[in-house]
Amino acid sequence: MKRIYIKEQACIACHLCEVHCQRQHSQSKDFIKAFKRESPRPLPRVRVEEKGALSFSVRCQQCEDAPCAQACLTGAITRDPISGAVTVDEEKCVGCWTCLLVCPFAAIRQDAEQGKTVRCDLCQGADMPVCVVNCPNEALIYTEVDI
Amino acid sequence: MAKAERTKYLIIGNSAGGIGAAEAIRQVDEVGTMTIVSDEPYPAYSRPLISEYLAEKRPLERMLFRPSDFYEKHNIQAILGRKAEQLNSDEHTIKLDDGRKIIWERLLLATGGVPIVPGIEGIGLKGVFTFTKLDDAKAIDEFLNQHQARKVRGVVIGGGLIGVSVTEALRKREIDITIVEMRERLLNTILDEETSALEAETLRRGGVEIITGHTVAKVSSYLDGEASGVTLDDGRSLPCEMVIVAIGVRPRTEFVSDTKIKVNRGIMVDRYMATSSPDVYACGDVAEAYDFVYGENRLTPIWPNAYIGGRVAGFNMAAIPTEYRGGTAMNSLKYFGLDVVSAGMVMPPDASYEVIRAKYGQACKKVILKDGLIMGMVFSGDIEKSGIVYNLMKDRVKVGAFQQALVAEDFGLVSLPEEIWRPHLEIPSAIADTSVISMEQAEEVIAGE
Repeated sequence: MKRIYIKEQACIACHLCEVHCQRQHSQSKDFIKAFKRESPRPLPRVRVEEKGALSFSVRCQQCEDAPCAQACLTGAITRDPISGAVTVDEEKCVGCWTCLLVCPFAAIRQDAEQGKTVRCDLCQGADMPVCVVNCPNEALIYTEVDI
Repeated sequence: MAKAERTKYLIIGNSAGGIGAAEAIRQVDEVGTMTIVSDEPYPAYSRPLISEYLAEKRPLERMLFRPSDFYEKHNIQAILGRKAEQLNSDEHTIKLDDGRKIIWERLLLATGGVPIVPGIEGIGLKGVFTFTKLDDAKAIDEFLNQHQARKVRGVVIGGGLIGVSVTEALRKREIDITIVEMRERLLNTILDEETSALEAETLRRGGVEIITGHTVAKVSSYLDGEASGVTLDDGRSLPCEMVIVAIGVRPRTEFVSDTKIKVNRGIMVDRYMATSSPDVYACGDVAEAYDFVYGENRLTPIWPNAYIGGRVAGFNMAAIPTEYRGGTAMNSLKYFGLDVVSAGMVMPPDASYEVIRAKYGQACKKVILKDGLIMGMVFSGDIEKSGIVYNLMKDRVKVGAFQQALVAEDFGLVSLPEEIWRPHLEIPSAIADTSVISMEQAEEVIAGE
């Protein structure tokens, strides 16, 4: 299946992936409202990590064995049979955070306000996720790779 | 006598382990006949959610572990509300409590645990409950509904996971609760002293009374057959209408006691989840399976390990040899709004272990190490990066060279040697587009403002 990969060398730590992700997952789809006004506050599902000159963004890697789904206490996390993406049923998620504890990339976030987890949803079937589209130096690639 | 039924795969137990096995089997064998037997009358539901049922009447439909068409879709015969009673591992047969006989080719024992109930005076009184399955939650709920007119006070015997879970649920129903814990502190098997104290403080703030270092010696009754209080081992009396016994669970092994299947504390299984008896597998709370921290077989009665062990058993039952990587004790707690995760050994057993710890405001991170390997972890307040540390422990990565970073406030993948994260995150260079300007090249181009 298609995944978002990084090119660490190309990342300039601008955090635009986070900014666009947060807007994409807002109600208003408006930058200012998404960051300043909306309640519940939308959360970016991608995180930029930085240390000195090194930087890259991290999100759900769609792991083949999906340890989060295997650990899920409620059965909320499944692999979408059509897209193949690891998906969370918000109705079933109770925010027990067990998936956080088993995620090797710390790619799952706590939406404390709603008591649920949030994670990259690959912009729900979009041809190109907004982080990839808006990355100014093409440090993100959305593609299928046979490893 | 009724004619015996035949099934290729027989699974006893319809919870995490049983479902894990069923899904793995169907992944590789779509046609082999499969039967699941459970003494609970419900389709597979999430046991941890019984607290939500009790607290806020979460309906069963919203507790289901799998969609309601699971059995039909996977062509599984579900015999629910029936108990498997006599197992004959040599003959490959089992008898149910309705007299039915099933002949199986491969058997999985995913029978779980049963609550330990002390044989103290008054334990059989009305108002005394355990709390491990939906029917327990239903019984408590019904009891509370009957007593709506008067205030109900509860005593919870045992301050472990089950005890604290039921306490939180009952506090949401505005029941006054006193926890009586035999050891010196709450959650003592899964938390270190510091985090235990933090949990206790959080519970007290949530209106819970906690008595440690004592046990309940008897349940007393002033009314015919109904609990009206408990007496502690020091003679103290606590009036209450309800008692929840939550001192622990033990593997439900009585079922195999007449067979040659080897049992230690739980049913012993190898790395393929196979028992000592051919064609018989076990997983979940009933099994003693490999623990990757301890490097030996142990009971780790937690939901995810049951599911994963069940999957491994399922693949092996379907003749796809699959090794269990092992599990360890691992819990995520959020009682009264306090986020805590713990895994592995939470207390260093001796001086050969090293503990690194850091505290930032309300957050505390602690990692237990031995010879450069992570043996355990407890994080409170800030748990979002805990998965990275857990996986370093699980993968048995030597962390000595960067161990201090594990508890740093700004810890992340970037704190680790790049061979740990790069192969997973970066696009394989073969298809990477090399025309993009990299950091190094950019520095040459930029010549000041």
